[in-house]
Amino acid sequence: MSETSNAGPALLDVRDVSKAFGAVEVLRSVSLQVERGEVVTVIGPSGSGKTTLLRCVNFLESYDSGSIRIDGKEVGYLSAGTRQRRGERDLAAMRAETGMVFQSFNLFPHLTAAGNIMLGLTKVRGKSQAEARQAAEHWLGRVGLAHKADSLPAELSGGQQQRVGIARAVAMEPKILLLDEITSALDPELVGEVLAVVRSLAEDGMTMLMVTHEMAFARDASSRIVFMADGGVSAVGPPKEILAAETSNDRLRTFLARFRASHF
Amino acid sequence: MVGQILYALPFLAQGFALTLWVSLLVVVLSLIAGVTLGVGLVYGPAPLRWAVRIFSDTIRGIPILVLMFFVYYGLPAIGLHLPSFWAAVLALTLFKTAQVIEYLRGAVASIPKGQSEAAMAIGLTFRQRLTYVIFPQAFRRFLPPWINGVTDAVKGSALVSLLGITDLMQAINQVIGRTYEAMPLYILGALIYFAVNYALSLASRRLERRFSFIRE
Ligand SMILES: Nc1ncnc2c1ncn2[C@@H]1O[C@H](COP(=O)(O)OP(=O)(O)OP(=O)(O)O)[C@@H](O)[C@H]1O
Ligand SMILES: [Mg+2]
Repeated sequence: MSETSNAGPALLDVRDVSKAFGAVEVLRSVSLQVERGEVVTVIGPSGSGKTTLLRCVNFLESYDSGSIRIDGKEVGYLSAGTRQRRGERDLAAMRAETGMVFQSFNLFPHLTAAGNIMLGLTKVRGKSQAEARQAAEHWLGRVGLAHKADSLPAELSGGQQQRVGIARAVAMEPKILLLDEITSALDPELVGEVLAVVRSLAEDGMTMLMVTHEMAFARDASSRIVFMADGGVSAVGPPKEILAAETSNDRLRTFLARFRASHF
Repeated sequence: MVGQILYALPFLAQGFALTLWVSLLVVVLSLIAGVTLGVGLVYGPAPLRWAVRIFSDTIRGIPILVLMFFVYYGLPAIGLHLPSFWAAVLALTLFKTAQVIEYLRGAVASIPKGQSEAAMAIGLTFRQRLTYVIFPQAFRRFLPPWINGVTDAVKGSALVSLLGITDLMQAINQVIGRTYEAMPLYILGALIYFAVNYALSLASRRLERRFSFIRE
């Protein structure tokens, strides 16, 4: 997938990224690295900037200062110093290198499950219809929906829609997959089937940066957990360390305590 | 009486052809201009958005007749002389363009933001996002008011007779001037306008049904 060697810097390298919406500082000098093949989970209270961070990584949101690099290439801007935005084609090509799965699925309602996956493959990757169809069927099979290739999104359950959403993102063979609370809009009984797909992608070595409130999943599936508070990274570490009840980080302890109180 | 009307039929047909020609020009030109400016209104940089907003609000605030007289009698004051036919087409097109801008804005605004974002996330360019994701979904919402607008354009084209252009309306008036058969001729005219618009609305219903598989 990539020509760069493993020895280099992290696949995703976020350095000192800050962003404000008007007067509200949403990201304060956030730094974060994700290595190739790593699964990093971001947790934190509502409004702490998790979604904004993910959206900056594929430049759905611009950032005010700092630098984000994927595989050594500056995201969004021509260079960290100039703040000069990349052109439209350049941005599009860059976004094709990151996959994103949305909380609200955002499937294209006028296209079938296969059509949703094929759009990027034909228009962005330049595959023929036949090649794209084959890839779409392959990925639908991977998420357990081979028999739904010709169904419209409206004919699928939430869990099925989200699995198509995942297939659409990974079919582009992105360098990194961004997942923002992808099970939050699902009925509880449908969460498992979606998480199972994410887990199998992780086992296959897909690099992922995800936001989730599924703590058990975060603990089992991630190599590291990032705890965000007030727009900054408050703690980073392996799941055991971060989710330990006796952590010395006050904010994290409060967050976990509140979380446990409301979820168990 | 029937004989006189039959005798006038070729003349009426010419007028009818002119009505269709004006309508077609107005509909096509306003579609191109309106969709282009509408995209500018929704996605353009601030100065363009303001310019389109001002254009659309101004045009829609002026009675179409005033607009037509302004283009025909007013523009020569600044050295722009248009033949009456083109003055009429321009005025009707301006009017219709402002409407198309609003239909497009409404249709595009009805598509959730997540659609654009999902399209961006897989690496589609702006043009590709519009072509493959936004427009196909917006089309269903754009179509009904636009078809209504097309039938308005056909009816509204009768106003060009006021600039002395021999469209169907003017042709009817002239035949009445010669034959004094006002009632039958006005009824004939009404039937023709009705037939055209009825055909249009049938076609539109068929189109809407064809695109009804796109669910919200
Ligand atoms: N487009 C926007 N305009 C203005 N403010 C915004 C915008 N998007 C987010 N914000 C603000 O930025 C802050 C961080 O939002 P963000 O969505 O990144 O938080 P989050 O950690 O994802 O929260 P949640 O857990 O509720 O999803 C919030 O205060 C939010 O109100
Ligand atoms: Mg969020």
